[in-house]
Amino acid sequence: MDRRKIGIGLSLLLLMGLAACRKEVLEQLEIAFPGFVKPANFPEPAYHFNTNAVTREGFELGRRLFYEPRLSRNNTVSCGSCHIQSAGFTHHGHDISHGIDDRLGKRNSPPIMNLAWNTSFMWDGGIFDLDLQPVAPITAHEEMDEKVDNVLAKLQAHPDYPGLFEKAFGSKEITSANFLKALSQFMLLCVSSNAKYDSVMRQEGPAFTNDEAAGYALFRQKCAACHTEPLFTDHSFRDNGIGIGYNRDSGRYLVTLNEADLYRFKVPSLRNLAYTAPYMHDGRFYTLEAVLDQYSEQVKHTPNLDPLLQQNGVTGIPLTATEKKQLLAFLNTLNDKQFVTDRLLSEQ
Amino acid sequence: MKSAYKIITLAFAALLVLASCKKEKNEPGFDDQNLAPLSIEFDNIVGGQNLYLNTGSYTDAAGESFSVSLLQYFISNIKVRKADGTEYVVPQDSSYFLIKEGDEDLSHAVVNVPEGDYTTLTFTVGVDSLRSTMDVSKRTGVLDPSGSMADGMYWGWNSGYIFFKMEGLSDAAPVDPSGQHKFRYHIGGFGGYNAPTINNIKTITLDLSERGVAKPRKDRKANIHLMVDISKVLSGSTTVSIAANPEVMFSDYSVNIANNYAQMFRHDHTEN
Repeated sequence: MDRRKIGIGLSLLLLMGLAACRKEVLEQLEIAFPGFVKPANFPEPAYHFNTNAVTREGFELGRRLFYEPRLSRNNTVSCGSCHIQSAGFTHHGHDISHGIDDRLGKRNSPPIMNLAWNTSFMWDGGIFDLDLQPVAPITAHEEMDEKVDNVLAKLQAHPDYPGLFEKAFGSKEITSANFLKALSQFMLLCVSSNAKYDSVMRQEGPAFTNDEAAGYALFRQKCAACHTEPLFTDHSFRDNGIGIGYNRDSGRYLVTLNEADLYRFKVPSLRNLAYTAPYMHDGRFYTLEAVLDQYSEQVKHTPNLDPLLQQNGVTGIPLTATEKKQLLAFLNTLNDKQFVTDRLLSEQ
Repeated sequence: MKSAYKIITLAFAALLVLASCKKEKNEPGFDDQNLAPLSIEFDNIVGGQNLYLNTGSYTDAAGESFSVSLLQYFISNIKVRKADGTEYVVPQDSSYFLIKEGDEDLSHAVVNVPEGDYTTLTFTVGVDSLRSTMDVSKRTGVLDPSGSMADGMYWGWNSGYIFFKMEGLSDAAPVDPSGQHKFRYHIGGFGGYNAPTINNIKTITLDLSERGVAKPRKDRKANIHLMVDISKVLSGSTTVSIAANPEVMFSDYSVNIANNYAQMFRHDHTEN
């Protein structure tokens, strides 16, 4: 009797051991999840990874939530509706974005890109933590027009989500913190760092052509003070002389109530411009040529016009036709085909 | 020899007893491990009248008649102080309350404090800047930015809590896009995260000695009954005209309303 018991016990142990082995083997067979990797030519990120470490389960849940229309009142609009991957995660072709019931917003949809380095979010920087960002579009009348607690209730009632949250955060109970952290994990991995510019900087591939190199030299001389490498923004708020918009959007002032911030907007990155037209906070320019013409010839004197656009008695950044051509050639090296086609970031 | 020891021992014992007696008096010692419940009741009134949502009609200092359809505010960071100056600060994690007119469950802030006789009550109207910028996982209960707190006390577009919200109808208010003569006061502003801006965090200190010292004990439930006169919102230090300011949200003018409502709290009595 006793021997038999021992025998059964031993074989059970053996079975368990085998099962464990098999699981390990399976895990090793899966492609290793890279997590968040800082590109070699990028600075340290600004995001607080210590309170939200990126895991495969959290990222995959965040990706599913990003493409989940249940985030909107009538389950029609997802984050991905206005942040389209093939458009560099912007709303390509729309000067201002339309959300639920085709309601129009007042600003151009900014890219979900390299947000781990952002120190503030939105054109006016009103949001200071990526984790808090999704609350704004979910609750905005012209975007998703929903309440976050309704979203949580819809997800809790869904056959898949409680299990996915348990996998990612150890609890089937869907809290706003875990919901927001999962979305952050997806957005943090939307890293664009494989444009030609990056491979040149990392000395991984072919060098700049003559036009690109000339454009790069011009860029460093005339643009880099605001569009700082390698993220191509210094994350500051500036009045770039495009003049007050038709809707008189006062920009950063809305957040600080400081007169000096009237009509200032965040300096956007210059990465992926080929995919993200139109340009500026209200999408008023449809081509990069129009943007360069603006800086070169049409800068307007508003009270807070940036000092860098009025140096030595010269308004704007004078550019010759050749210089514009060279700058465009350089800007073209900032387009990251891999980023806009990366399957890891697509709706699955 | 033996008797000498006895005497010394007795003397020590007597001293010990005396010492403990002295500590006892009428009031128990300050023991922050041994806590008793203390509730603070926020009884919203308008001047000399009780506040009735929607049905009550009131007149403000500018002579405009108005009714109130929504009134709610955050109370946080509660502290109590005894006459001898010793102070107990309620641990922050249990010190955030939403007060909402018309909801019995949201009319009191209930905390636990050491037994004692408290002569001063201090609290914040709003949410302190530290908590306003804390990791989202620390924002639970009434601070959950999901909007689970009724009617949204959080600004998504400009990260921060709305400290005080009062809405109602008044013929003095112009017709709004919804077709109503509605006024809306949504007051917040914790000072700004990456750029300084308005700070409408208000700390209120009330003397309890005149109208009833609070004496929380483990076997009872002391209740500090406050009258909250919301007519002060429109008349505390600045007379606010609904006609001129039907909507005050995140703006410089909000500072006037916050300064006004900082004067709306009055200690009425204490039930011990």
